[in-house]
Amino acid sequence: MSTLSLDHVSRWFGNVVAVNDITMTIGPGVTGLLGPNGAGKSTLINMMGGFLAPSTGTVTLDGQPVWRNEAIYRHIGIVPEREAMYDFLTGREFVLANAELHGLGAEAARKALATVEMEYAQDRRIATYSKGMRQRVKMASALVHDPSLLLLDEPFNGMDPRQRMQLMDLLRRMGDEGRTVLFSSHILEEVEQLAWHIEVVVAGRHAASGDYRRIRRLMTDRPHRYLVRSSDDRALAAALIADPSTSGIEVDLAEGALRVQAVDFGRFTALLPRVARDHGIRLLTVSPSDESLESVFSYLVAA
Amino acid sequence: MYDPTVARLTYRALLGRRRALILGALPLLLLVIAVAVRGLSGADDQTAADVLGGFALATMVPIIGVIAGTGAIGPEIDDGSVVYLLSKPVKRPTIIFTKLIVAIAVTMVFSAVPTMIAGLVLNGNGQQIAVAYTVAALVGSIAYAALFLLLGTVSRHAVVFGLVYALIWEALFGSLVPGARTLSVQQWSLAVAQKVADGNLVTSDVGLPTATVLLVAVTVLATWYAGQKLRSLTLAGEE
Repeated sequence: MSTLSLDHVSRWFGNVVAVNDITMTIGPGVTGLLGPNGAGKSTLINMMGGFLAPSTGTVTLDGQPVWRNEAIYRHIGIVPEREAMYDFLTGREFVLANAELHGLGAEAARKALATVEMEYAQDRRIATYSKGMRQRVKMASALVHDPSLLLLDEPFNGMDPRQRMQLMDLLRRMGDEGRTVLFSSHILEEVEQLAWHIEVVVAGRHAASGDYRRIRRLMTDRPHRYLVRSSDDRALAAALIADPSTSGIEVDLAEGALRVQAVDFGRFTALLPRVARDHGIRLLTVSPSDESLESVFSYLVAA
Repeated sequence: MYDPTVARLTYRALLGRRRALILGALPLLLLVIAVAVRGLSGADDQTAADVLGGFALATMVPIIGVIAGTGAIGPEIDDGSVVYLLSKPVKRPTIIFTKLIVAIAVTMVFSAVPTMIAGLVLNGNGQQIAVAYTVAALVGSIAYAALFLLLGTVSRHAVVFGLVYALIWEALFGSLVPGARTLSVQQWSLAVAQKVADGNLVTSDVGLPTATVLLVAVTVLATWYAGQKLRSLTLAGEE
């Protein structure tokens, strides 16, 4: 059982602040580090893994500093985001080398490859592997010494749905075994399928922390805005505002469109096409105007 | 201080197909030149010294040193795969020292061995010229490997800087500015070679004691500093 603690950690590069005064504690189980691209997730994971010094603050694992402390890697397994990994070796040679660097042998390598179900391709060169296979061999290399903390940077990037499910099962198992598993992602659905606990980072700041259900609610209960163009905007507006799922409508003359604010996302998306059909109105454009991930996260920051 | 796994990975990376071809090209060229010169003008001590001094020691050894020294760590840092070495309970200076040993060994094999063979072909080791330049290549291999390994840990453009040092500083400045020769691995190696050779065909601008001190100092300092750099190596993420 291991606990990773960040205490008032900041990191800047020149005059760009990548991580801004983050304090968090990651305990056993699976934790998702969620945030849009460029939010500082990789910087955070690099600091957690001892590959980057915090500009201020400390990162410790069970009280031991992580930075400039090679011995800490007996307890940490790292799955980096970058692809490069000694492509000229076979999967087995690669995992064995990782085992040897921990002072372990072929048996540990064999077990790790079995855990990720890569025995069938272990004698092929890594250069010939698909993205998902690479990811699994990376996992094996991180698991070979049975670490209590597992750090994964965007592990699902580029994986197909089946590979994604396999990896999720594996991580879930690791969490159930009492390991501290932290993975980063910019995709909410990915995180909520896997993590019990979520840490949200937006623009380098710690935006939210806690149970995924609460965070999910914060994200979906916010008002949604749509831009709608139709064959009869005013008639459509009148019909929509009658329903409680719509909280406001503006007729944007310059755009020649309606700006609709919906409070009940699920109900509104069912309502709009039905209302249009019932009134014989043709919908020309329906586009969410604030669905980008950044704006979704900004609600969290405000909340 | 030496980790066999790190060594194995480094050897395999260095002697991978493309790099091995590049490493093998210059020694092959040296042997071709040696055979051609011997065939055209017969055995001559002065010519042997010119070829070994002018091409083998002045050009081939430093270039092989650049390829092996920077190649022992530079590409791993560049593509990020060094993370698999760094995320292990292995002391960073041990990683550097092991890589240095590998870089030295590869540089020696690809530079000293062909120098010896070329020397034997050129004049059958008359006046100990082949042995003298081989010793110079061995000594130079150590300093070059250490220097360029350090370069590989501090710069993404290690190969370019390495070649600039090897070709412009050692060859060009060395011949134009006498002072520059004092700070030249080539001259330090020659000081050792001068001691080995008979006659006065092998000469150096630097005395043997100075050369020895500088060779040891550069090798030790470069290795120590590379270890320190690796201890605080920052792996920037994708962001």
